[in-house]
Amino acid sequence: MSARAKPFSVTALPGFTTVALAVFFLLYLPIATLVVYSFNDSLSIAVWGGFSLRWYEAAWQNAAVQEAAVRSLVVASCAALIATTVATMAALGTTRRGRFRGQTLIYVAINQPLMVPEIVTAVALLIFFAAIKVATGYQGLGYLILAHSAFCIPFAYLPIRARLEGMDLTLETAAADLYATPWQTFRRVTLPLMAPGIAAGAMLAFVISLDDVIITEFVKSAGQDTLPTYMLGQLRRAITPEVNAISTVLLAVTVLLLTAFFLLTRKRG
Amino acid sequence: MGGAEAARSRERARTGWLLSAPALVLLLVAASGPLLIVLVYSFLAPGQYGNVVWQFSLDGWFQVFLQRDIFDGTVGPADAHLTIFWRSVKLSILTTLITFALGLPTAWFIATRPPDRRAMWLFLITIPFWTNLLIRTFAIMEVIRNEGLLNNLLIGLGIIGQPVQIVFTETAVLIGMAYVYLPLMVLPLFAAIDRFDFRMIEAGYDLYASRWQVLRRVILPIIRPGIVAGSILVFVPSLGAYVTPRVLGGGKQMMIGNFIELQFGQGRNWPLGAALSMLLLAIVMVALLVYVRATTREERDG
Repeated sequence: MSARAKPFSVTALPGFTTVALAVFFLLYLPIATLVVYSFNDSLSIAVWGGFSLRWYEAAWQNAAVQEAAVRSLVVASCAALIATTVATMAALGTTRRGRFRGQTLIYVAINQPLMVPEIVTAVALLIFFAAIKVATGYQGLGYLILAHSAFCIPFAYLPIRARLEGMDLTLETAAADLYATPWQTFRRVTLPLMAPGIAAGAMLAFVISLDDVIITEFVKSAGQDTLPTYMLGQLRRAITPEVNAISTVLLAVTVLLLTAFFLLTRKRG
Repeated sequence: MGGAEAARSRERARTGWLLSAPALVLLLVAASGPLLIVLVYSFLAPGQYGNVVWQFSLDGWFQVFLQRDIFDGTVGPADAHLTIFWRSVKLSILTTLITFALGLPTAWFIATRPPDRRAMWLFLITIPFWTNLLIRTFAIMEVIRNEGLLNNLLIGLGIIGQPVQIVFTETAVLIGMAYVYLPLMVLPLFAAIDRFDFRMIEAGYDLYASRWQVLRRVILPIIRPGIVAGSILVFVPSLGAYVTPRVLGGGKQMMIGNFIELQFGQGRNWPLGAALSMLLLAIVMVALLVYVRATTREERDG
């Protein structure tokens, strides 16, 4: 008789757990490496020279990084605000109260940025905005904000729509029964109930805008680097420790926002 | 009765369109509309310093696949372009296969955890998913570059004497794409396995199926929509990849995305760039159509 095997498990498949754990390890190893290297005191990227915050200090005092960071925040905030506002309206118009003609068309149009390869949209916007830049002479941040607002719409729309679909219609009916005007019902009942969805949508839009490289690279005018395009521009043969430090900070921001997003969407009702 | 219902339905449609209008206008101006301009530009002649000359020309589309010999004027296949297309398709298919091979066990593992710990494992997949693609590409570069973690480790262990050149090769682009797109495969697979009725497997074992047969004949057919969704979600962005081949390919291992950019930069051939963009868009649309048909058939049949 051979040694007694583990109890037979229906859901176990040979090797699956090993592969899965290896995948989790491999998924986080590069990120951990990047974070560790950002604290490396050595100028040479190959040698560990002890713990140091010098690259964070260097990045913090670099005027180009400061400008890019402020620009990233301005664009992401404006884009998140605009995208969330129009997405909230669209979600209110396309959920609950039954289907209507053209609803699928609206749905496809809103999700269009998720389907078209980003490089294609980037090229299209380059051509379109180049013509407008020549015609109007305006070179400001407006183009970036407009482009970011557009591709952030589906990311803001989806969580808001999900929240609305899970909501109870009877509360609004009750408000109407108590002689609330449609506006009062919206302001006092619907809006507070859908607030977590709106907050979640705004956060996703903000993260997506903050992360964008390709469209920004094609749309920006000279001297309009955001943090990601600045980092891409810094890349030569290898990554500088300063870029590692900026990456780590961006990583921390993303993780914090995501954690908030999960806490917001998990508390239902 | 019918009239009142129809009036209410019209009213509903009117409100729906009105409320959606701002989003639709914004998308038309800064996303969908400009795509039409690209289509028009692909049929124009290139300007000398970039941009286009307003004159109908099929050269942009002609140059996608063919080239005219400068000396004798004969027409032959554009080998350099075909190399780039082939690389893009090959790397995208390989990326899809690798992410599936790694993603299936991972998704299975998450879905079979006890419910209270499942959310935690899922969150661990979601964090890389939402992390900046550029940062993740930089992160994988830290591991595979010549002075990186992997080479240092192998040299330290005495397995190799010289660092292995991985970055700036096709392999580097492949590793990078598999790394950055893996979560896109795991999430839909998880969604499919999560809905899976595990009693099906018990039934399979009761009927004397082997583990392999259960995987092959029971699990895979049932989670097929998840497999199709994951494959499309990985294949489509792989085909249009720009950042990963640029960073890890070092300008040498160009894919379609980089090639398109080149036409709008140094190449100064906007019509060719526009034609390439439209071609990429068409391939992606076909892939999405296949996906929609595959999933709707699934719903109808089963």
